[in-house]
Amino acid sequence: MLDNFPLWPDRASTMAGNVDALYIFLLIVSGLMTLLIFVAVVYFAARYRYRRGVPAVQIEGSIPLELTWSIIPLFVFMAIFLWGAVVFFRGRTPPRDSTEVYVVAKQWMWKLEHAEGQREINELHVPVGRDVKLIMTSQDVIHSFYVPAFRMKQDVLPGRYTMAWFRATKPGTYHLFCAEYCGTQHSGMVGSIVVMDPAQYEAWMSGGSTGPLAATGEKIFSQLGCATCHRTDTQGRGPNLQGVFGKPVQLEDGRTVTADENYVRECILDPGAKRVKGFQPIMPTFQGLVSEEQVNALVAYVKSLSNSSAAGANSNAAVALPAAPDKATAKGNQVQ
Amino acid sequence: MSMATSGGAPVDRVNYLNKEYGVGSWLFTTDHKRIALLYLLSITFFFFIGGFFALLIRLELLTPASDLVQADTYNKLFTMHGMVMVFFFLIPSIPAVLGNFLIPLMIGAKDLAFPRVNLLSWYIYITGGIIMLHCMLTGGVDTGWTFYTPFSTAFTNTKIVEAGIAIFIVGFSSILTGLNFIVTIHRMRAPGMTWSRLPLFIWAHYATSIIQILGTPVVAITIVLVAAERTLHLGIFDPKLGGDPLLFQHLFWFYSHPAVYIMILPSMGVVTEIIACFSRKRIFGYSFVAFSSIAIAVFGFLVWAHHMFVAGISVYAALIFSLLSYAVAVPSAVKVFNWTATLYKGSIHYDAPMLYAFGFLGLFTIGGLTGLFLAALGIDVHVTDTYFVVAHFHYIMVGGAVMGYLGGMHFWWPKISGRLYPEGWARLAALIVFIGFNLTFFPQFLLGYMGMPRRYADYSHMPEFQILNVFSTAGATVLGIGYLLPMIYFLWSMRYGKPASDNPWNAAGLEWKTTSPPPTFNFVEEPVVTWEAYNYAELDAPQQDKNKQEVPVAR
Repeated sequence: MLDNFPLWPDRASTMAGNVDALYIFLLIVSGLMTLLIFVAVVYFAARYRYRRGVPAVQIEGSIPLELTWSIIPLFVFMAIFLWGAVVFFRGRTPPRDSTEVYVVAKQWMWKLEHAEGQREINELHVPVGRDVKLIMTSQDVIHSFYVPAFRMKQDVLPGRYTMAWFRATKPGTYHLFCAEYCGTQHSGMVGSIVVMDPAQYEAWMSGGSTGPLAATGEKIFSQLGCATCHRTDTQGRGPNLQGVFGKPVQLEDGRTVTADENYVRECILDPGAKRVKGFQPIMPTFQGLVSEEQVNALVAYVKSLSNSSAAGANSNAAVALPAAPDKATAKGNQVQ
Repeated sequence: MSMATSGGAPVDRVNYLNKEYGVGSWLFTTDHKRIALLYLLSITFFFFIGGFFALLIRLELLTPASDLVQADTYNKLFTMHGMVMVFFFLIPSIPAVLGNFLIPLMIGAKDLAFPRVNLLSWYIYITGGIIMLHCMLTGGVDTGWTFYTPFSTAFTNTKIVEAGIAIFIVGFSSILTGLNFIVTIHRMRAPGMTWSRLPLFIWAHYATSIIQILGTPVVAITIVLVAAERTLHLGIFDPKLGGDPLLFQHLFWFYSHPAVYIMILPSMGVVTEIIACFSRKRIFGYSFVAFSSIAIAVFGFLVWAHHMFVAGISVYAALIFSLLSYAVAVPSAVKVFNWTATLYKGSIHYDAPMLYAFGFLGLFTIGGLTGLFLAALGIDVHVTDTYFVVAHFHYIMVGGAVMGYLGGMHFWWPKISGRLYPEGWARLAALIVFIGFNLTFFPQFLLGYMGMPRRYADYSHMPEFQILNVFSTAGATVLGIGYLLPMIYFLWSMRYGKPASDNPWNAAGLEWKTTSPPPTFNFVEEPVVTWEAYNYAELDAPQQDKNKQEVPVAR
């Protein structure tokens, strides 16, 4: 019904309906409250306008009334709060196995890179019906990734990752805005999100890729010599990165953190800050040596080393398999 | 209500205005009433500068392309509009003018507790103001009034440090005013003026003063840190130097959210006085209205991060700040209901101050209710940093605070100037302001939900936003006329207005029991208060001998 309503933004994500429903509820609640006050004020102002010889009736107040108009609004507010919180939580929790897109914002441009390797500027192609997670950082000042049709907005900060996700529901081209003031051409930092049918999207994806982002990351990993310390066995001077991503990590100072995107990023750019227990502070910082895009590729690579889903299980199986014959041989030897 | 003029010419009596003439008698005065007028002149000056910037902003947005001014200029315009209006007009407006003038009169004191500190606060304000003017005339600032880091510390090449110094300095005038009010209200009340007999205007200013002295130092510290990072490259906020940009936002909003209550609470105080007088009633639920002011001041300090829901704070922090934001909405709602209930069985007059109070009620209600939208996490994600926010805070800070300020200026103008303003023109102006305001800002709610981000010089990629922007610009023109009118007729009335009697509205309150304009020390003899606040029943009692209303005299 709202799709053709003038002055109403497009609705093109699973969030849009949730946000609109709460918005309409709030319009009704606040409309009723406004009406209540408006009618009361107008009625009293007309009914009790000054008349010669009719004095005002002095009323001290009424505690039952005060309690009524404190408690009822409080309950209404709490209902709005809860509803708003539920919508928010849903919008902040990326579903597992989302397609990942790395976003680097800079004055005054959006640089986007798909996990599959496609790069785009000020334009993002996504398929209908797939969860897309955005892993975003800024090269300079604070920006904000805003897609009104998706009812989605997230500030993009320098020096860390912020995340957002959406699932597009309707093919079309939608506005992408920078919503946090970022300097002279702030209003020029706009682009579009192109939502495509899956078939069209596959066709689009098949062209122009430089290979998956994780593969790019692997190349950088070996170019920078990371592999000399981060070996795939336990003998390295740095932690083995296989299967680390997404798991808790014991730190030297006793804390435990989860190895998420921000942690991997911090370990590359500020390795001393959260050092893994049992390792010496020998890793140099790569701050200034790698671009934001290269950090993204490295993060994607580290992530690919512990794909807990199908691929990860397979590689574990692959590791386990050669061991089995060994054991069998050992047992066999014992038997023999 | 017809405004009574007394016989003779009371303006000729010796009063604070005609006691001395000459520039020195104004620049070195310690009379709170004269200092209030110094503030009135200075904030009016800054109001029209800020208004001029607003007009240019609206003209630029009439068309999607950035054609009237370039993006750089546009960014400076909205930055300086915000800085001037917030720090040099709204925050000092009601407290420094009406509060300064009325607090001693309302509590039966000769002056504020520290008259010289009061004068000092004006000089501090003027020093800050001159630096701000210099900053604007020599290039200005383009960071937005919120001057978020690291843009403000490492990227902008405009005069952010100078603007920071101006705001840092002007903050001290706000702190000194707040301090002066708190001490005055505690220590200088006339005999019999108990806390429960204080006009609610005083309660509102008391709450405001608490925020001023507790909150303002935090923004001062923040400015120092920004200046230190920008000039000395100390890593505080910029991640490249090891800082945290979110820390800045926490510090900034820790002051700047309560600052909204510095702007709105005094206006609520004014509206309370006006509604009581023009309904001829004691205010409904006096103690609830009084304590809701204090509750707003206290809770107002606990909600700052609701400006940061999408800034990168944790979802749990967001949850807490959303919850607390709803808590602070309750005392505001309580006030609105009590004002409405005060009208019930009143004897309501439609003079200009009351029209402004009605306007305040309508606009503040809409501003407050749209705050509920923004406090709802799921909706805030969509509408924050859009025109929805711009509309919301203008409904509070212009629709609320400025309507109250204008209502108060009309209500107390006879007391301040000793002259009556032209009632017909004043009612017309109130109507024009109300219509112009809604035409300007209501379309911005729609624009915001459609997704138009704020601080956009150019929207040529989204021409669908133009029609509502045209409405808004048209409204701003009407609003501008509405604001010019009072300035013209107030000036006119100073010379040609009818002389006012001591109490032209037959209003309750000690300020009406002295002459118009009051003598330098306010009361010829110290008043003793034997009645409750808003004793309109006694004032309107027909048979009573008017002489019994005279102020009983101590000693």
